[in-house]
Amino acid sequence: MTSAVSFKQVSRHFGSVRAVDAVDLEIAPGEFFAMLGPSGSGKTTCLRLIAGFEQPTAGSISIFGERAEGVPPYRRNVNTVFQDYALFPHLNVLDNVAYGLMVKGVGKAERLKAAEEALSLVRLPGYGARRPGQLSGGQRQRVALARALVNQPKVLLLDEPLGALDLKLRENMQEELKSLQKVLGITFVFVTHDQGEALSMADRVAVFNDGRIMQIGTPEDIYQRPKTRFVADFVGSSNVLPPDFVQRYSGQHRWGSLRPESIRVSSAASGDGVAARLVGTNYLGATTRLALDADGLRLHAMVPAGTALPAEGEAVMLTFNRESLHLMDEPA
Amino acid sequence: MTIAAVQSKPAPAILPGSGGMRGAFSDLFWRRPQLLLLLMLLPPVLWLGIVYIGSLFALLLQSFFSIDEFSGLINREFTLKTYGDLFQAANLDIILRTVTMAALVTLAAAVVAFPIAYYAARYARGRWKALFYLGVMLPLWSSYLVKIYAWKLILAKEGILTWLLAKLNLLWLLDGWLSLPIVGGNSLSVSFTGTFIVFVYVWLPFMILPVQAALERVPGNLVEASSDLGASPGQTFRNVLFPLALPGIVAGSIFTFSLTLGDYIIPQIIGTSRLFIGQAVYSQQGTAGNIPLAAAFTVVPIVIMGFYLWGAKRMGAFDAL
Repeated sequence: MTSAVSFKQVSRHFGSVRAVDAVDLEIAPGEFFAMLGPSGSGKTTCLRLIAGFEQPTAGSISIFGERAEGVPPYRRNVNTVFQDYALFPHLNVLDNVAYGLMVKGVGKAERLKAAEEALSLVRLPGYGARRPGQLSGGQRQRVALARALVNQPKVLLLDEPLGALDLKLRENMQEELKSLQKVLGITFVFVTHDQGEALSMADRVAVFNDGRIMQIGTPEDIYQRPKTRFVADFVGSSNVLPPDFVQRYSGQHRWGSLRPESIRVSSAASGDGVAARLVGTNYLGATTRLALDADGLRLHAMVPAGTALPAEGEAVMLTFNRESLHLMDEPA
Repeated sequence: MTIAAVQSKPAPAILPGSGGMRGAFSDLFWRRPQLLLLLMLLPPVLWLGIVYIGSLFALLLQSFFSIDEFSGLINREFTLKTYGDLFQAANLDIILRTVTMAALVTLAAAVVAFPIAYYAARYARGRWKALFYLGVMLPLWSSYLVKIYAWKLILAKEGILTWLLAKLNLLWLLDGWLSLPIVGGNSLSVSFTGTFIVFVYVWLPFMILPVQAALERVPGNLVEASSDLGASPGQTFRNVLFPLALPGIVAGSIFTFSLTLGDYIIPQIIGTSRLFIGQAVYSQQGTAGNIPLAAAFTVVPIVIMGFYLWGAKRMGAFDAL
């Protein structure tokens, strides 16, 4: 089966800055694919390479089997939901949504009908006459989505589309985007720096750093079995354990990762484990995050709220299952 | 610790007034900001109200007087006779000529200004942007008359333009153009084409700057969004850039149009002997001594600009402001 998007050794350099550096990537048709990484990691440049706003310095890109280098954005059946929505301020909502059909020469009655349907799809029926300036952030986001979807793109690109929304709205939109993608069956490529968002929505996640892909896999792969220290640290802020420490528990001299929720904390009195000191507690609602100091090694543990805790500064004993200690590929 | 050292004694929660007249006025203006606003606006409002609007009103009044053709004295009785004179064929010719010239100059200035403004707004950064502003503003700093006489030399039959075209073997093009009726003449410097070129040159900065300001406010990602939605560069220009730049173009055209309507020096120095409104006003109030007709002529650009602004507003040119 041809990939929806395929990158072969794609690089995009800006002067001496390697924004994207020899990236290989295959996105399957109908997949919800997330590109995750800190700002400046090259994820947005990858998205812009798919959209056609950037051209690769080296390598080849194909979209549904067709070569895309040198093809301008307006000849790609790919649409983008921009980070700040980029709605046309001089057009009303309906004309914004119908824009793509208008430039393709679709008749007025037909395109306005399609635009109205797209607005219903994003649950904004009857908002067509308003100006973008009269809408809230969440509504603008939906209009931007409708404006892209009305063109029935082969691939929909979303550049941090939920970044500007408040938490509650963001959670709603995550669910909506997910179900919309299931219904429409369009390939979604989603850029985010929020690991929670990537894990909860995507079928597969690519973790970017310094213009390279660190790891591609299912959310579970990425979260449970990070390959490198960067991935372990960036996705869910895992405890990264140095090889010497790992060797004591697994017998192998390799970097390890241990999820904060896998660590159990008890008072120092009880038997074997890692001796540590509690240096701080952070109440997060459902859980409490503990900062621990195990003989110079900084660790974090996550315990359910309401757990009886020793006072700060006291000695504690840390225990964890051997299976939850994940050994990483990264050489020691 | 340093803070404690500075504060040798505990500070009061409310600081004492600075005392004196200044302190009293500061406190008064803070409590009554409208008072400050009134004081600041009064002098310019008086200036505009009395000197500017007043003289404009006096002008309007003059246009309803008439001149006694035998004595040359002004007859201060209200009459529409002067406006009757204004609508004589010869005077209508002057008005039509001026309005046509102003419209063409405005159109040409918009066409020339747009790419320059677009480059400055989209691509020029740092040093290049400073250079752009310098390049656009520099002609405004030098004397208007010097520029016009410089153009007279450039456009003259013995001038550099003719010389250059001769070197390029393109003289036939210039001669062909000059042999055309209306726009042609003996040389560019005594043709309407010459007047047009100089008008466009002199008013161009007034078009570039507002268009550049308008384009600067268009977020770059709107152009990308348009392209992303399938619009070719031409479609993006027509559907996104042009409508969003329109307020700037209208603002610029108000300058180019009204300045061309009123100017009397450029057509005096470069062009034919046929008059423009400004020249007509100049000669009527000067040599002819017909102040009422001069005043009536002056009312014409005011009325035209009134209609122009009204039309621009109806077109929605100010909506995006």
